[in-house]
Amino acid sequence: MSSWVRAAALWLCTMTMTSWAAPLPEGLADLGRVATEGELAAWDIDVRPDFVGLPPGSGDVWAGEEIWLAQCASCHGDFGDSNEIFAPLVLGNITEEDIATGRVASLTDPAVTRTTLMKVPTLSTLWDYIYRAMPWNAPKSLSPDEVYALVAYLLNLGYVVDDDFVLSDTNMVETQARMPNRNGMSLDHGLWSVTGAPDVSGSSCTADCDVAVTVTSSLPAYAMNAHGNLAEQVRDWGPYPGLWTETGTGRETAAEPEQLAAASAVVEAVVAPEAALNAGGCSGCHQMAGQLVGPGFDAIRTKYAGQERAAYLRDKIVNGGAGVWGSMPMPPMPALEEDALQQIVAWLTSGEE
Amino acid sequence: MASDAEQGQLQPAPESFLSKDLVEDISREGINPGRRSLLQSAFAAAAASIAAPALMADNDPDIVNLPTWTRSLGKPVVANPYGQPSPYEANIVRRQSPGLTRTDQSSVSFTPLQNLFGMITPSGLHFERHHQGWVDIDPRRHRLMINGLVDTPLVFTMEELLRMPSVSRIHFLECGANTGLEWGNVAVPTVQYSHGMLSASEFTGVPVSLLLERAGFDRKRATVLLAEGADGSSMTRTINLENALDDALVAYGQNGEMLRPENGYPLRLVVPGVQGVSWVKWLRRLEVGDKPWATKDEVAHYVDLMPDGTHRQYTSIQEAKSVITAPSGGQKLLKQGYYDITGLAWSGRGTVEKVEVSVDGGRNWRPARLEGPILPKALTRFHCDWVWQGEEALLQSRVTDSTGYIQPSRAQLVAVRGTRSIYHNNAIQTWRVGADGEVHNVQLG
Repeated sequence: MSSWVRAAALWLCTMTMTSWAAPLPEGLADLGRVATEGELAAWDIDVRPDFVGLPPGSGDVWAGEEIWLAQCASCHGDFGDSNEIFAPLVLGNITEEDIATGRVASLTDPAVTRTTLMKVPTLSTLWDYIYRAMPWNAPKSLSPDEVYALVAYLLNLGYVVDDDFVLSDTNMVETQARMPNRNGMSLDHGLWSVTGAPDVSGSSCTADCDVAVTVTSSLPAYAMNAHGNLAEQVRDWGPYPGLWTETGTGRETAAEPEQLAAASAVVEAVVAPEAALNAGGCSGCHQMAGQLVGPGFDAIRTKYAGQERAAYLRDKIVNGGAGVWGSMPMPPMPALEEDALQQIVAWLTSGEE
Repeated sequence: MASDAEQGQLQPAPESFLSKDLVEDISREGINPGRRSLLQSAFAAAAASIAAPALMADNDPDIVNLPTWTRSLGKPVVANPYGQPSPYEANIVRRQSPGLTRTDQSSVSFTPLQNLFGMITPSGLHFERHHQGWVDIDPRRHRLMINGLVDTPLVFTMEELLRMPSVSRIHFLECGANTGLEWGNVAVPTVQYSHGMLSASEFTGVPVSLLLERAGFDRKRATVLLAEGADGSSMTRTINLENALDDALVAYGQNGEMLRPENGYPLRLVVPGVQGVSWVKWLRRLEVGDKPWATKDEVAHYVDLMPDGTHRQYTSIQEAKSVITAPSGGQKLLKQGYYDITGLAWSGRGTVEKVEVSVDGGRNWRPARLEGPILPKALTRFHCDWVWQGEEALLQSRVTDSTGYIQPSRAQLVAVRGTRSIYHNNAIQTWRVGADGEVHNVQLG
C-alpha cells in the first residue's frame, strides 16, 4: 500500500470515529425549516411498545373478520394461516401455557412452522405495521378503528382473546400482558453495538489443525440445475466457465454470445412487459402461469387473445372488476402509467405464444 | 496426473470444430470471405479450448487474420448515452433464487460476486432486497424530516441536503440474512446465491451527526434513532444512536452518481457495519428517541432464533466474514497450473487485519495477500497464489479483523447458535475442487 493510501485510510478511520465537531459552519442553520404540527402528524405515525404514538379508537373481532376477508385474506388466507404468498401469521398452535408464561414453547421444535404470532412479543408492532404498510397493494388506506378491529381478529385467531373481544386504546396494556411470546426476546448479545462482545470465536491454528474434513453436505446431482443452468450464470470465457447443469450431458461452456443474443432477440417480440407489470403492482397478485391471488397471465392471455378485446381489458384494469374469474375482486389501478398500461394491454391481447 | 488433467479439459475432436453444413458448403463451392470468417471463428473457438500452447504449431488466427473490429469503422459516441456492459458479459447480472419468495415485490436478487473484481460493486449489480416493491421518487417532492427528542423538528428538501457539507466513504452493505440458506445444509450452488446479498459502494451524503447537530437533540435522554422510508411499506428500523453519530450518513450518492432507485433514490441511510435492513431506503424521516421501537422487522423478522427458543432482538452488527469468490461453486478449472485464488473479506467492527487461505479444508493455512486500500467496514480484496496439479482440494478463507476476532468455522458457529437462526451466518465457506476441476459448494464435518 502506498503511503498516500495509508494516510488516506488513517484519515478516514479518524473521521469515522468522531461525531460532527461543533460549531456548525456559518450559514448552515439557514438550511432546513421547522416542521409544522400538520406535517408531524402526517408522517410521525409510529407506535412504540409502550404505546406512545397510538391514536385513540377501537374495533371488535367481528368487524375485523369482515375487513380481513375483504382486504387481507387473499394473501394471508381466511384464518391467517396461508403459506401461499407469505409465511403464516397464525396457525392456532398457541397454548394456554404459552400465554401464561409469555414464552411460546414450540419455538424449540424444528418441526413446527414459525408463525408471526409465535414470534412477535409486542402488540404495538402488529398495530404499527398494519397501519403503516397494509394492505399490500394499498398501504395506509386503513383507519385506526379498522386497524384495532384487524388486530383483534388476529389475536382471536390465535386464541389470545375471545370472540366478543373489543380492542381499544384503553385496553392495549392488559392485552399486551397476554401476548404469547412477550418474554421470548433476548437482548443479551454483542450484535447491537459496534463494541459488543462476540459469542463465537474462530481458531487461530495454522498448521496440522485438528478439524473434520469429511464432506457432510453438498448439492445432490438432481438439484444442481434448480437455480438454472450455471454455465449461463457466470462469465463464459476466461479461467472459470460455469458447469453445464441443464442437461447433465457434459457440455461445459455456454452458447456463443451471438447465439444467446439472437435467441433473446427472438423472444423479445412476445416477451412479457415485466417492468410494467412490476411497476404497476400487477405481479403482486398475478403470476405468469397459474392462479395466485388473481388468475395467471397465461389464462388471461388465452381468454383475451385478439385486439378487439383491448378496450374492454383496459377498462377492467383501470377501474377494477369482479366476477369474471371468481369472487376475489380485482382492485382498480388508476395510477398505472399510460405507457405501462398500453404495454400490458398489448401483451395480454397479442395472442402470441 | 496426466489423465486427470485431460479429464478436466474440453478437447473436441478436430472434425467437430465445423458444422456439417459449413463443411458441405466449403467442399462444394470453396472458401469465400463469408465462409472464411465462419471457419476462422470456429477454429478460434476450438483453439481456445485446447490447453497447451505447444499444440499450436501454426500461427494464431486471431493474430494473423485481423478480426472485423480491427478492419472496420467503430460505433459513434453516445450510441449508448448511458454506457452498457459488453454483450459478452450478459451472464453477469443480478439473479433471484427460485422458490425463495412467492412475490417479486418482497424478494431478493443476488450480486454475481463470482465475476466481480476489486472492492466496489457496480451500481447496476448491487443486490436488491425490497419489502414492498421499489419506487421511483421525484426528488423535487422528496423531504427528510427530523423529529423526536430534538430542539426543533426540521424538514429538509433534497436541494438543501445537496448544499450541505458532504463526505464520500466506501462501505460494504450486507443483508443480515446473507448465507441464511446455508445454516442447515448446502442449499445453493454458487457464491452468487450463498453470499450475494453483499455489495459495496462509495456513498456520498451528509453525516447524521451534522443533521442532528443542526436540529439540536437531547443528549441526556437520546439513545436511539428511528429511520423511516417513503415507500409504501414506510419501513422502520431502530438505529443505535451512539454508533450512528460515529459514521452514519444520509446518502444520496452511490459510486459517483445518484443512488439507483432500487437502492433508495434519492436518499437512504448508510449505517456502516450494520446489516442492510437498517440502511433504510427512500429515507423520509429520522426520529430521535430514548427507547427502541420494536418494528415489524425487529420482532417478526431479523430476529435470530437460538436453540433454547429465545430470539435475539436488535442484532445489527455484521461480524467479520470472508469468502473465496473465484474459483467458487458452479465453476470449473479447465487446466492445471497457476491460479490466483481471490475473494473478499469484511468486518462490521473495523478493518480486515489478516486473511488466511486453506486448500485442505482447514488443516493448514497460509496468509493471503491483501489489496489496499484497507478501509473500515469496507470490502477488502485478497489473493493467494495456488498451483493446481489436478488433486482434490477443499478451499477455505478465514479473516481476522482489527478487534482480533477470528471468523469461525461452521462447526464453531453452529455449536453456539444452532441451525435455525436464519441471520448472521458468517461461517467459513468451503468450496470442493474435484479431480475433474469441477468446483462445488460443500460443508465439512
